[in-house]
Amino acid sequence: MLGWGVDRLRADMSRLLAILFHQGVLDEQFLQLQQLQDESSPNFVSEVVNIYFHESEKLLRNLRGLLLDREFSDYKKMGIHLNQFMGSSSSIGAKRIRNVCVAFRAASEQNNRAGCLRALELLEHEYCYLKNKLHELFQMEQQRVLAAGVRYPLHQQL
Amino acid sequence: MGSNSIVSNRWMSEKMNCLDLSPNSNSDNEEEEVHVLAVDDSLIDRKVIERLLKISSCKVTAVDSGWGALKLLGLLDDDEEDKSSSSSSSSSSSAGFEGLKVDLIITDYCMPGMTGYELLKKIKESSSFREIPVVIMSSENVMARIDRCLEEGAEEFIAKPVKLSDVKRLRDYYMATREIRSVQSSVNVNKRKLQESFDVSTSSSPSSISPSPSPSSASPPSLFSSSAPCSPSSLDSPTRRIKMTSFD
Repeated sequence: MLGWGVDRLRADMSRLLAILFHQGVLDEQFLQLQQLQDESSPNFVSEVVNIYFHESEKLLRNLRGLLLDREFSDYKKMGIHLNQFMGSSSSIGAKRIRNVCVAFRAASEQNNRAGCLRALELLEHEYCYLKNKLHELFQMEQQRVLAAGVRYPLHQQL
Repeated sequence: MGSNSIVSNRWMSEKMNCLDLSPNSNSDNEEEEVHVLAVDDSLIDRKVIERLLKISSCKVTAVDSGWGALKLLGLLDDDEEDKSSSSSSSSSSSAGFEGLKVDLIITDYCMPGMTGYELLKKIKESSSFREIPVVIMSSENVMARIDRCLEEGAEEFIAKPVKLSDVKRLRDYYMATREIRSVQSSVNVNKRKLQESFDVSTSSSPSSISPSPSPSSASPPSLFSSSAPCSPSSLDSPTRRIKMTSFD
């Protein structure tokens, strides 16, 4: 029953991507990444995104660590983490995350700890959402690849 | 793309027509591939720029710091190396004394340790490396920053995130100017020859010169004498190439 799923999966993936674009979660830079994927680099997007996840989680931990420290005052260091997060988010097309980083940075420049905490929560929320959706996308992609590899005599007709 | 690039492309193709004139031109294109040194402290950005360049048929060497770049190029003394805090991620084959040969350097502006601007300065201060075009990438389009880089001799300032169209444009532009640079040197040799042939007869085409120069061009000296426009800053206004993010 896998054969006929290819088209269905492709449609589902397109729909999911369309939703993410519509919500402003992703922007055209993500499409640019997809353009860079081909036979010579068939897993480019997932490779880059996985690096992004890994780095982002580290940054989020650092940010949380800084802010929860009662004697926290190193806004400059926080700014450095934020710039990094902003840069990598923009590089993969994670538009909403990037925008939250901008607001976060503004709060940090004003030494506004409460504002920073709020921004951090929002950031963590946005990150979770993106991670889940991209995982969904990659799973669908994996299934699609598997399904396309299965040959049933009738699958073309269905 | 703005109209600027269309004008410059036409100018470029006219220039390239005169390649046929020069018997010394590298028409076998043995060094067709542009070798780019990409410098960025962000792993993600390095991966992306690497891929962008490879897809655009460029050879890439990616490094994570300005110090790493200088080391690869062979611009660094041993004692200067100790100052660098970041570890170089590139497995540099023993570049030894010669260093890496690159055609173009593209670097991020904001990097810990040595910024892209500082790297640019060091390269432009070096007699052996100042000819290498340096392109700066940045996610912040601060006019003062852009001006400073261009004043220091940066070829171009590109807004991040870098797109395929940016890289392709860079590659095409670089290839065109490289051809011109090599033609210029051989042209100076042929210029006298051509002048003499044109003095002798205006109608017949001398055997050593192919009749392919564009008929719309003015007298031959105007093709050869326009060496000034080769400098990129006079071609386009560099600031126009700074695309706005989310412009579309």
